[in-house]
Amino acid sequence: MTKHKHDNTANRFHYSTDLVIEKPFNWKQMLRLFSYILPYKKSLVPLSIIMVLINTAVRLMIPILIGVYTLDQAIVERDTSMLIKLVILIAALYAVSYFANIFRIRWMNELGQNVIYDLRKHLFTHVQNLSHRFFDQRSAGSILVRIMNDINSLQELFTNGVINLLMDMILLAGIFVILFSLSPELTLAIMVILPVMFFISTSLRKKIRRSWQTVRLKQAKLNSHLNESIQGVRVTQSYTQEKENMLYFDGVNKESFESWKEASQKNAMFRPLVELTNALGTAVLIWYGSSLIGNGISIGVFVSFAFYLGMFWEPISRLGMVYNQLLMGMASSERIFEFLDEKPIVSERENTIELKEVEGHIEFDKVMFSYDGKRMALNEINLEIMSGQTVAFVGHTGSGKTTIASLVSRFYDPDNGRVLVDGKDLKDVSISSLRNQISIVLQDTFIFSGTIMDNIRFGRPSATDEEVKSAAKAVGAADFIEELPKDYLTEVEERGNILSVGERQLISFARALLADPQILILDEATASIDTETEVKIQKALKTLLKGRTAIMIAHRLSTIREADNIFVLENGRIIEKGTHDELMNYEGEYHDLVKSQFNMLDAI
Amino acid sequence: METFRKLKKFYWPFKVYFIWSIMFLVVVTAITVVYPIVLQITIDEAVLGGRYELIPLLTIGFVGIMIIKGAATYIYQYTGDLFGIHSVYQLRNSLYAKLQYLSFKYYDNAKTGDLMSRLTADVEAFRFFLSFGFSELIRFCLLILISFSVMFYYSITLTIVTLITLPFLAVVVFKFDKEVHPAFRGIRKSFGSLNTKVQENISGINTVKSLSREDFEIKKFNDSNRDYKDKYLFTSEIWAKYFPLMELLGNLSVVLLLGYGGYLVMVEEILPGELVAFYSLLWYIMWPIMNLGFVINQYSQSKASGERLLEILEAEEEIVEKDGAVHVSAFEGNVEFDNVTLRYGVDDKAAIYNLSFTAKPGKIIGLIGSTGSGKTSITQLLTRFYEPNEGEIRIDGQEISNYSIQSLRGNIGIVLQESFLFSSSIKANISYGRPEAEMDDIIDAAKRAQAHDFISALPDGYDTILGERGMGLSGGQKQRIAIARAICVNPSILILDDATSAVDMETEFEIQKALNEVMKGKTTFIIAHRISSLQYADEILVLEDGRIAERGNHKQLVQNAGLYQRIYELQYKDRDKLQRSYTS
Repeated sequence: MTKHKHDNTANRFHYSTDLVIEKPFNWKQMLRLFSYILPYKKSLVPLSIIMVLINTAVRLMIPILIGVYTLDQAIVERDTSMLIKLVILIAALYAVSYFANIFRIRWMNELGQNVIYDLRKHLFTHVQNLSHRFFDQRSAGSILVRIMNDINSLQELFTNGVINLLMDMILLAGIFVILFSLSPELTLAIMVILPVMFFISTSLRKKIRRSWQTVRLKQAKLNSHLNESIQGVRVTQSYTQEKENMLYFDGVNKESFESWKEASQKNAMFRPLVELTNALGTAVLIWYGSSLIGNGISIGVFVSFAFYLGMFWEPISRLGMVYNQLLMGMASSERIFEFLDEKPIVSERENTIELKEVEGHIEFDKVMFSYDGKRMALNEINLEIMSGQTVAFVGHTGSGKTTIASLVSRFYDPDNGRVLVDGKDLKDVSISSLRNQISIVLQDTFIFSGTIMDNIRFGRPSATDEEVKSAAKAVGAADFIEELPKDYLTEVEERGNILSVGERQLISFARALLADPQILILDEATASIDTETEVKIQKALKTLLKGRTAIMIAHRLSTIREADNIFVLENGRIIEKGTHDELMNYEGEYHDLVKSQFNMLDAI
Repeated sequence: METFRKLKKFYWPFKVYFIWSIMFLVVVTAITVVYPIVLQITIDEAVLGGRYELIPLLTIGFVGIMIIKGAATYIYQYTGDLFGIHSVYQLRNSLYAKLQYLSFKYYDNAKTGDLMSRLTADVEAFRFFLSFGFSELIRFCLLILISFSVMFYYSITLTIVTLITLPFLAVVVFKFDKEVHPAFRGIRKSFGSLNTKVQENISGINTVKSLSREDFEIKKFNDSNRDYKDKYLFTSEIWAKYFPLMELLGNLSVVLLLGYGGYLVMVEEILPGELVAFYSLLWYIMWPIMNLGFVINQYSQSKASGERLLEILEAEEEIVEKDGAVHVSAFEGNVEFDNVTLRYGVDDKAAIYNLSFTAKPGKIIGLIGSTGSGKTSITQLLTRFYEPNEGEIRIDGQEISNYSIQSLRGNIGIVLQESFLFSSSIKANISYGRPEAEMDDIIDAAKRAQAHDFISALPDGYDTILGERGMGLSGGQKQRIAIARAICVNPSILILDDATSAVDMETEFEIQKALNEVMKGKTTFIIAHRISSLQYADEILVLEDGRIAERGNHKQLVQNAGLYQRIYELQYKDRDKLQRSYTS
């Protein structure tokens, strides 16, 4: 029984934590990723590389200058003028490295940030033009993560990773060559530590990183729950589930604690092991090196070796880091490319016609359409909408109302048949010129954070303040806007929570009016609004529809009744059409629908 | 320090880790300084002094000491980490518990994003300081102290000459720090606003596409994207300006060391090995100073974080249970409001003013009125999410504050307009208010809420996991699950706050059927805009500006020539016209 109870607590919430953080190396993907560097191959890339090379050269030269020359030849030989010359030379080299460093930091960051900027811009632009279906299938959060976090995780790779890779390899090779030329046997002896260092830098680091990943996953779970528990706190308190939630949270918190403990334990091994390896190298140097002093190497060479030994770890460590960055970059870039490879469903032909100033005559000619290739969403639809007409589409959920509207704005192309506007097949028309003639008023309109003014202006960014205000006035939104603390300049939060549902509707009408389209598609809101506001909306609608071709996906009888023509849809076919009176007299499906609505009201 | 003292109860129980950590830190730091000394002895005594017999001893001794250092480093770091994560575990549990009990009033003014950043970033900053900040400060002092002593021991003049750059370095570090932190904040802010832009764009993508504003959005995005890049490059300019300079100053010390130190070796004032040792020691002083800014910044940041955490921990829980509150398993359902007044803020105008009414057990009370008229406030007072400024609210003759919160809220079921579902299985969502419910009870609740059919049709049935905010289900389906959740606790009083508004007509019909079933025998409050949902209420209260403008049943109100009648006519005009056209 206690076990049962425990299970209940642990299964209280589910958060998906299946995000893959690393992927095996993949050359093709790698090359594709690095194609983003190509635009800079004649500017920032060579410049950064030159600076890195200068820097590396200085770092390689200093230990010999100090050990072999300063110590052996100047100090031991007591050659003061030589000492002065060497000190000046070293100072000069440091000065060179100072300037090289300034430009290295500047140019490497510029390179990295430009690549990240380009990549993010490319991804966002691409995503922006993807179809509705793309967005329907994914949560907003998962798209956001790719544009923001996945791209950011490549930042280090492009800013430092790639170029450091080059620098470190040169540095390692340089040290090796110099040491070898100073004393081959001592070099070979000291090299025993290299494999150990590489092992620590790659393999151990990988293990450590994996355990940090577990920490991050647990942390993500904990954060998801925190976020949800804040948003759902009113529900929790209503059902007095505070204690049960605390029990659950303690479980998640403990998981996070345990994973953290394990990661810390592994992580704490890293530094001691590195230092021990270094100490091993030093021990070899002291034991074997000092025996060589006098027969083969000088005291200066000995000191130079000590310095170089200290320089080994840094490049090896960084190589390991870059290697790890690459593996993580593989996972991120795979996710990014997955989006970039997503094709916009509607693609444009060449030599399209620009639609200008349409009349608004719409025709469907034997249109067939299916979303999934199995179920027909539209089945041989023939219809004609005269310019300036208001038509309403009526039918159950899934009958094809929304699909018709989507085809008119060409969010999808029909599988068969043609959709024509002013007699032109939409496939021959440029998409942007078509959409400039169409506005859609959604039932769930989105209010962006910003002022009310900006939100209305979204319909036509070039509109003046006066135009915005007169649009608001025309749809009857001016009244409530002027009552707000700063009227049109009132800041609204994301999702517009200071506005009621009805007020948001009016704003979206004002937007549409400002856009001044010839064709208007109206997806009517189902949410009930208080009755006074509803009357305002009906009035506003009349203003909005005047002189435009309007397609309404309607729910309210009052709206439907006013339409010039009503199409009743069922399973993707038009089963009835006509005016309200005609259809009522016909006593078919529409008649039943209307009647059932009132019967329903009576039944309650 | 005040902040850290107040938070003491979270970290001090784990002081044992901290003490061990610091003890081993001392060992580590002391041994660090040994390396240059070993190098010096090797060169001066063993090699130049010709005492080669010292070599094995030196080597073995060195390796031995380094093993000790390795072990000490491990313990120092691990116990330091443990100190941090134990404290954070404790702190998080307390924060979470606090959040569970904070009042609606608190959440009315809080933003999820802000709370989240406190719970994540601020907790992390606090942990980081506990794990590293404290000990880093101590390490800094120790390292500088020991290195200085050794250098002074070797040669006072050489120490002074070499470290002459130190004041300059300190100034540069100070200036760098002053510039780089605002710059970093700039990056974070810019990233935050870029994030917001993208998030809004994706959430509002339907609106963007419906007005074909993609290009406009891309332009806006690019401005933010560019701003982020510029902020980043601005920061890297600061790095480019100061970092090479710091390095140059360090290197200048090396040059001074070589020149003057080399001279001292020539005049045999110091030994060659001491010169080499000096070179290493020099960096032991330089590096910590370059990092000093970072550590100090860490300290002030974690202090600020601690303050923000305390703000949550010390927030007042306004709704508290009285001592000796009564626990009841069910109410009869007699609800009385007696001259109740509610103000949300001290200066706000009253949301509810001097309101009185009685609801007899099993009766249905309808509440209607425009947005902001006080309908929802009534239900929030009844559930004691807010407390009245004046007046009394009684259930079954007892003032509601005399009941335990558990028995009060546990016996009131609420269905809201926008139902919040948790990321969990449908089963767990339905049994949210009664986790111990058996499967039969859950299915029964779902059946009564007209939800069983569509749930059974899902591939995983009741085990289907709902994604963020119930993604994958339609509004009507979510609403029916929320209704099942309310039924599952079997409440004596039911509140339906605009429960059917966000769904289409057909679904509304389904839901209404479900609700009629549920309301049987329970005192029910229905908030609605549609007359049709209210017409069978036993009493309807028409609210205007927090007062009851009209009251009575449907029949009475339709003839009252008031707001209700006006609404009725607006809503039923359609119908009459329709029926006329239909009969003609």
